[in-house]
Amino acid sequence: MHGPSFVYPNDVHVAWSIMIVLYPYITGLVAGAFVVSALYHVFHDHKLKPVARLALVTALCFCSCATVPLLLHLHHPERALNIMITPHQTSAMAGFGFIYSLYMLLLVIEVWLLYRPEIVEGAANATGLKGFIFRLLALGSRQITPGSQKADEWLIGVLAIIGIPAACVLHGYVGFLFGGVKANPWWSTALLPVIFLISAILSGIAALLLLYLVLCWAKKITPDADCVRSLCKYLWMSLVAAVSLELLELLHLAYEAGAEWDVLRELLTGRLAVSYGLIQVAIGSVIPFLLLPVAFRTERYAALRTFLGTVSGILILIQVFAMRWNVVIGGQMFSKSFRGFVYYNLTLEGREGLIAAVVVLTLPLLALFAASRLLPLIGDAEPHRPPEDLCKSMPLDVCTSHQ
Amino acid sequence: MNKSHDSAGASGCGSRPATSGLNILNQGTPCGGGGSCGGVSCGGQQRSKADSRRQFLSRATSMVFGSFALTLLPMEPSDSSAESPLPASPDGTAAAPTPAASAAKPVLYGFLVDTEKCIGSGKCLSACRTENHVPDGYSRTWVERYVHFKDGTVQVDLVPETGYHESKLPIVDAALVDKAYFVPKLCNQCVDAPCNQVCPVHASFTSPEGVELIDTDHCIGCGYCVQACPYGMRYINPETNSADKCTWCYHRITKNQEPACVEACPVGARIFGRLDDPDSELSKRLGATRTQVLKEHLGTHPKLHYVGLSKEVV
Repeated sequence: MHGPSFVYPNDVHVAWSIMIVLYPYITGLVAGAFVVSALYHVFHDHKLKPVARLALVTALCFCSCATVPLLLHLHHPERALNIMITPHQTSAMAGFGFIYSLYMLLLVIEVWLLYRPEIVEGAANATGLKGFIFRLLALGSRQITPGSQKADEWLIGVLAIIGIPAACVLHGYVGFLFGGVKANPWWSTALLPVIFLISAILSGIAALLLLYLVLCWAKKITPDADCVRSLCKYLWMSLVAAVSLELLELLHLAYEAGAEWDVLRELLTGRLAVSYGLIQVAIGSVIPFLLLPVAFRTERYAALRTFLGTVSGILILIQVFAMRWNVVIGGQMFSKSFRGFVYYNLTLEGREGLIAAVVVLTLPLLALFAASRLLPLIGDAEPHRPPEDLCKSMPLDVCTSHQ
Repeated sequence: MNKSHDSAGASGCGSRPATSGLNILNQGTPCGGGGSCGGVSCGGQQRSKADSRRQFLSRATSMVFGSFALTLLPMEPSDSSAESPLPASPDGTAAAPTPAASAAKPVLYGFLVDTEKCIGSGKCLSACRTENHVPDGYSRTWVERYVHFKDGTVQVDLVPETGYHESKLPIVDAALVDKAYFVPKLCNQCVDAPCNQVCPVHASFTSPEGVELIDTDHCIGCGYCVQACPYGMRYINPETNSADKCTWCYHRITKNQEPACVEACPVGARIFGRLDDPDSELSKRLGATRTQVLKEHLGTHPKLHYVGLSKEVV
């Protein structure tokens, strides 16, 4: 830019707030967690058995809260269903309602099938509120047989296979929302959906690793060494892929040095210097890149592995959040005049304030906590066999094929 | 042919008059045991429960998928015609609201800004704000002042609105200046409008005359159109909580009046007219002058043209 800055008058209002940062962040965790569950259910990576169920429940809990930031952002949330009632075929955003609903349905069915034995058992034996919830969740299912279990396992496998492309579509589509805005050179790149997808997997694995370590700590269980090492390995691989793509995009912009590069360079060295250079690249990428190999190569020092895994997981979650921030907010920090910059003022209160954002991020964790009170999240991921005494205790003609 | 099918139909259930060969053939199939004719059970033959369930499921599935498919059909906002009653004809008489009129070639409006004439009075800006009740802090139109200094730098400032802003343009030393000019900005009314393309609920739509409008009763306020407009024209109106922008004073032009900014311009720098009328001033100027559009490389095909743009103007 040559000369003083100039901003288009309407550009001073940043249209997309922190809530639009949270939306891809949450759906990214969903997609990433689902991919981990698929690694076990589809690709039979048995080292991930302890987190296979946790992965699916995590995906479900985060997915069920994914629309909250969007509703908080919409200026007319009461018209939100218009997106499904009168979808505009040419709009990338119009697909949201359908893609989200189908993915949510898929997750609900898969989690239900995965936990059907526990639900049926709880419906038969549990009392009080817990029993009521189990009977509600059982949907009339009161019978577990080896045949039905086999059918459930088959269906879980099928759903997991369908879920992989569905997760890719769900999150790749979020990247496309930004990548398809040709008015914004910081967004308008075909690489963005891929970058979003890979960083989604990255954040999902990091979240799972942390959740697993926290749950083990809470339950006073020693984390499974193979599982932690395997998660660290996948985390490192995803980190390398995500950061490579992110830097590749930046390098491409700099190398081409098109008309808008001046403003982007000023953005990166000015407004985004801390959130991009320091947090996203130095702290969030370089440190985990160095720590994770130590974690997954260490065979003897479990405490060290846990420590390095925890630190890396936290840093990577921060890295992915910073990446979302730098894309969403960073992309609005310069005017479309390409001659000046604008400020994003994150308020503490209000529908799109910091407190609301923290609440939104807490909601899926609360849902996960509630789920952990009802169902086992970690440990045995093999289909649960109904105990013999359950068959005896049931008044109906269940477990017939057992006898 | 029809006769023979009719008789074939009579041999089956035979109660429904046939209207086409295909219908006749379908209806003519004699009912087997437990079958049905057009959903009505035939004399004494009971449909099995399985058949009934299968039919129910089949119909329910068809209805669900049919409803889904219907939502994908192109839909026009219900009140688009309410705001767009009659396109005005060149002689000033309103076109009759007949189906033929709506099917006729759409009236295409155009706009030309002559930057060599603009003096930066700011009258157009105040006129727009008053006419369209534009909230403070937002603009449907603005005027940029470009000052090219001898050292190669370019300074861009916003022209204050007459009677609205107290501020004045920064004073520059004329001895240091190579050239200076004013550039009014307003909605480009793109033929391939990205704001329209991205609207997820069809609240952004094109009027029969080719003007990009917003159905504020349908807009969900997602702000995607604000991001998609390359010219920074859109904003979320804090009073309606819906997207808003310049409409070239659609409520005026459909009554054969000029947009408020055009009417207020003291030097005739803003020229509005019909592109389909070869005798309009706009058509004549566009035909006789070399013009440019903003951000042409984005392929939005604006209907707002400029005379005398410099490459520094974006």
